[in-house]
Amino acid sequence: MLRKLLIGTMLGSALTAGYAASTYAAGGSVEVLHWWTSGGEAAALDVLKKKLESQGVTWKDMPVAGGGGEAAMTALRARVTAGDPPTAVQALGFDITDWAKQGVVGDLGEVADKEGWDKVVPAALQNFAKHDGKWIAAPVNVHSTNWVWISKKALDAAGGKAPENWDELIAVLDKMKANGITPLAHGGQAWQDATIFDAVVLSLGTDFYKASMIDNDPAALGGEKMVEAFDRMAKLKGYVDKDFSGRDWNLASAMVIEGKAGMQMMGDWAKGEFLKAGQKPGSDFVCIRFPGTQGAVTFNSDMFMMFKVGDDKKAAQLTMASDIESPEFQSSFNVVKGSVPARTDVPDTAFDDCGKKGIKDLAEANSSGKLFGSMAHGYAVPAAVKNAMYDVITRHFNGELDSKAAAAALAEAVAAAKG
Amino acid sequence: MADTTMTARSAAANPRATLQDLLPKIVLAPSFAVILIFVYGFIAFTAVLSFSGSKLLPDFSTWVGFGNYVRLFNHPNWIVALKNLAIFSILYIVVCSVIGLALAIFLDQKIRGEGVLRPIYLYPMALSFIVTGVAWKWFLDPGIGLEHVMQSIGWESFSFRWIKDGKMAIYTIVIAAVWQSSGFVMAMFLAGLRGVDNEIIKAAQIDGASTLTIYRRIIIPLMRPVFLSAFVVLAHLAIKSYDLVVAMTDGGPGTATWTPALFMQKFTFGRNEMGMGAASAIVMMMMIFTIIVPYLYSELGGKKK
Amino acid sequence: MSAPSQDVATRNGVFVRALIYALLIVFAVYYLLPLYVMVVNSLKPLDEIRQGNMLALPQQWTIAPWLSAWSTAQIGVSPTGLKPYFLNSVLMVVPAVAISTVLGALNGYVLTKWRFKGDNIVFGMMLLACFIPFQIVLIPSARILGLLGLAGSVPGLILIHAIYGLGFTTLFFRNYYEAFPTELVRAAQIDGASFFQIFRRILLPSSGPIIVVTVIWQFTNIWNDFLFGSSFSSVDSIPITVALNNLVNSSTGVKEYNVHFAGAILAALPTLIVYIVSGRYFVRGLMAGAVKG
Repeated sequence: MLRKLLIGTMLGSALTAGYAASTYAAGGSVEVLHWWTSGGEAAALDVLKKKLESQGVTWKDMPVAGGGGEAAMTALRARVTAGDPPTAVQALGFDITDWAKQGVVGDLGEVADKEGWDKVVPAALQNFAKHDGKWIAAPVNVHSTNWVWISKKALDAAGGKAPENWDELIAVLDKMKANGITPLAHGGQAWQDATIFDAVVLSLGTDFYKASMIDNDPAALGGEKMVEAFDRMAKLKGYVDKDFSGRDWNLASAMVIEGKAGMQMMGDWAKGEFLKAGQKPGSDFVCIRFPGTQGAVTFNSDMFMMFKVGDDKKAAQLTMASDIESPEFQSSFNVVKGSVPARTDVPDTAFDDCGKKGIKDLAEANSSGKLFGSMAHGYAVPAAVKNAMYDVITRHFNGELDSKAAAAALAEAVAAAKG
Repeated sequence: MADTTMTARSAAANPRATLQDLLPKIVLAPSFAVILIFVYGFIAFTAVLSFSGSKLLPDFSTWVGFGNYVRLFNHPNWIVALKNLAIFSILYIVVCSVIGLALAIFLDQKIRGEGVLRPIYLYPMALSFIVTGVAWKWFLDPGIGLEHVMQSIGWESFSFRWIKDGKMAIYTIVIAAVWQSSGFVMAMFLAGLRGVDNEIIKAAQIDGASTLTIYRRIIIPLMRPVFLSAFVVLAHLAIKSYDLVVAMTDGGPGTATWTPALFMQKFTFGRNEMGMGAASAIVMMMMIFTIIVPYLYSELGGKKK
Repeated sequence: MSAPSQDVATRNGVFVRALIYALLIVFAVYYLLPLYVMVVNSLKPLDEIRQGNMLALPQQWTIAPWLSAWSTAQIGVSPTGLKPYFLNSVLMVVPAVAISTVLGALNGYVLTKWRFKGDNIVFGMMLLACFIPFQIVLIPSARILGLLGLAGSVPGLILIHAIYGLGFTTLFFRNYYEAFPTELVRAAQIDGASFFQIFRRILLPSSGPIIVVTVIWQFTNIWNDFLFGSSFSSVDSIPITVALNNLVNSSTGVKEYNVHFAGAILAALPTLIVYIVSGRYFVRGLMAGAVKG
C-alpha cells in the first residue's frame, strides 16, 4: 500500500518534473499586466509570483490601476498595437472575447487538457476562458455580486431575521429607518448602481435576468417587468442617505461596519473590508444572497488572459497558467481576496462561513443552470452595451428618468449600442 | 519642406554659402517632420477612423459613413457633455482671468510677502489631479467636508452640497479647475503688468488720473496680448479637461458631469467603441481649431516681416 | 525691474491696502486648502480619517503613512513604496526636457532670425500641436514606436514626450526671440559668424528666463503625465505617476487614504520644489516674452 502510494507519488512527481524539465524549466519570464495594486489583492498575487519564482520563472510586474481595469485596458491597446503584448493580462468577461476575436491571444490547450480544466471549471466561466474551443485564459476566482452585507447589530434591532424576499427586505429596511440609521449604505457610482440593479433584476426571476441582461430581448428590456425592476430601484433609493453620490464602495462598507448604516448590497470583495476591520462573519455581520435570489448566482471572474508570445516565453506562460489553476493557489488566493475558487473541486476548509456559503452556492447554481454572468461587471454583455445600460440605470437612480421612461430608454440604448 | 527646393537653386554657386543657407531649414526640418507625422498624420488617421466601425482596435474593414457622427449627436451623454463644456469653459475662462488679473494687480502693489504668496498661488499647477482630485472630492463632500465642518462648529443651517446635486455638480468642477490654473494666469498677468512702461503711467498721473482710471483706461487695455495668451492656454485646458472630472465625479451624479474629453476616453478605451471615440475626438479638434486658428491668424497674419 | 505701479500704490488709502491684504490672504487660504487637507490627513491613522472630520488636526500624530508610501506600500505585487520609481521618472524626464528645450530654442531661433517664405505657417502648424488631445495619438504612436523597436523602452517614452512638447517649447522661444534685436544677428552674420556661432554666442547667453519657463513647463507636464507613462513604459521604467496611481487607485482593495495623500505629496515634491525655487524666475521669464503672444 505504502509502496504503491510511494511509486504513485514518485511517478507523479517524475512526470511533473519531467514536464518541467522538458518544457518549463527553461526559466524564462512572464510579464503580467494587472490592476491588483492595493494591499490585500496584491499580496495575494505575490503568492503566485513566489511560486513561479520557485520554478525558475521570473515575474515582471506591470501594474496599471484605475477605472476598474480601464487604464490597464488602455495600456494593453498600446502594447498590442506596438507588437509587444505582455505575457498575461488580467481581464474580465467580454473584454477577453473581444481580444480573442483580434487573433492575438495564446493557446493554453496543452496544459488545460493535461490538467483537465474542462471538468473542474464551471461551464459559465468556460464561455469566456475559451474561444473557439481553445483555452485562452486562466480563471483566478469567482466573485459573486448578488450579496447583501448586513450589520448584525442593526439586523437584531430590526427583528433579527434576515430577509428572504422583497417584502421582507423592505420591512427590514423600514425598521432600520425607524431605528434612526441609514438603512442602505450605497455609493452612487454607475457600476455600484448597476451592481444593485443586477440583483434586483435577478430577484424578479432567473428567466427574466437571462432574457433581459444576457439575451437582450427587447421585449424584456422595455417591458412591464423592467418597469417593476426600476420601481424597485427607486424604492431602494429611498433608503440611501442623501450623500450617497460619488461615494467609494469601501466607504459605504465602512458605514455598515461602524453601525451608521444597516446593510450594503455589493459583491463579495466587500467582505475584505469587514474582515480588515476585525469583524467576524455571523457575529458582527451577516452575509445573505440578495432576497429572492438564493439559488442563483451572478458572477464576475478575474481571469488572466494569455497573449501570443514567442517560443522562448511559451513555457513560462504555461507554467503560470498551470500554477493559477492549482488547487493550492486557488484556495490561498481566494481566502485573501474574498472570492471563491474558479474550480469546483477545491476544498472549502480554509474559508470562513461566508466563503463556504459562496462555494456551496456557486456549485449549486452551476449544477442547476442558474449561474449567470453579471451585467454590471462585464460578464453578460460587451462593454458598449454594458455601459449603455449603466447610463440609463444611473440616470434613473439619480432621478433623471422615471421607471417607465427608464425601461424604454434601456431598450433603446441597448439597441443603439449593439448597432 | 517645400522651401528646401527653393534654396537648392543656388547650390552650384558656393557650396559653403549654400550650406549656411540651408542650415536653418535643416535644423527646423526634423521638428516639423515629426509634428507633421505625429500630429497631423494622426489627426488624419483619427478622421479616417471616425468613419469606420472600429470597436476594440482600429479596424478598417467596416465603414459606417457618418454613422458615428449621427449616433454621437443623438447620444444623450454627448449632449450633456457639450452643455457642460459650454458652462464649464465660459465660467472657467472668465473666473480664472478675473481672479488672475485681480491677484496680479493686488500683488503688484508693493505687497510685503509677495515672495511667499506667489508660490502659494502657483503651486496647484505643479500637482497632478490624480490625488488633489480626491482632496477636493472630500472637501466638497457634505458628509465629511466643508458642510460637515461648518455644522460641527455650530453653523447648523450651513449647506453646501453641490457635488451631490446633478444640476450643480459641474460648478464644483469649475471651483477645482480654477484652483488649479488661476495662479498660472496670475503669473502671466503679473509678468504683463511688470512689463508696462512706467512713463505712460507717470504721464497719466500728472494729468490727474485716479488709480482706478489708470488701471481701467491704460493698464488693462495694455494687457490685451496677455488676455489672448491666457485665453488660448485656458481654452485648451478646458476642452482637454479630463483628469479632474474623473477624480472628482467620474461623470456623476448620474451622467451630470460628462465632458467631451471624458466621453472620448470612455468610448474609445472603456466601451470599446473606437469609431465613436474618434468621431468625438474629431469634433473636439474642430472646436479647438475654431478657437485657435482665428487667434493665430490675427497674431501671425497681422505682423508682416 | 522697478515696479511701475509703485506710485499708483502709494496713493491708495490705508483701508484699500488692508482690503487688498485681506483678499490676498483669503485667496492664499483657497489655494492652500487642498494641500492642507492632504497634509493633515496624511499624518492621521486610518481610523481617525474614517471617523470623519477631515479638516481637524490629527488627534494622534503619525508619520507611518509617509514611511509606508515611501518604502513599504504595495505598488504592484511587491511592497516597494514609491522609492524605486523616482529614478525612473528622472531618467525619463531629464532627457525629454533637455531635448525638447534645445529643439524648441533652435526652432524659435530659425523662425525669428532666419525667416523664410511660409515660416508663419510652419510656426502656426507647430503651435496647433499643443492642442491635440493625447488620447487620440495613443494608438498610432504605439504603432510607430513598435515599428522603431522602441516600444516599452525609456528612449521611446523620451521620444514621445519630446515630440509632444515641441509645440510649447517652440512657442515659448519663438515669442522670446521675436523681441530680440535682429540687428545684432545681422551684424554678427556680416562679421562672418556661422548659424550656430550666432545662436551660441549671441542668443543663448540672454535666454536664461525663457529657458526657466520652458524647463518648468516641460518638467511639470512630463513628470505628471500618466497616459503615455502607463502605455509606453516597461517593467523597469514605470514612472512615478503610474506608481502613484497604482498606489491610490486600487479597485477592490482597502483604501488607505493617509498613505495616498502622503504618496501624492512625495510624488509631487520635485515639481513643487521646482515651482517654489524658481517661481521668481518663472514670472520674470514669462514677462520676458512668453506672454507677448
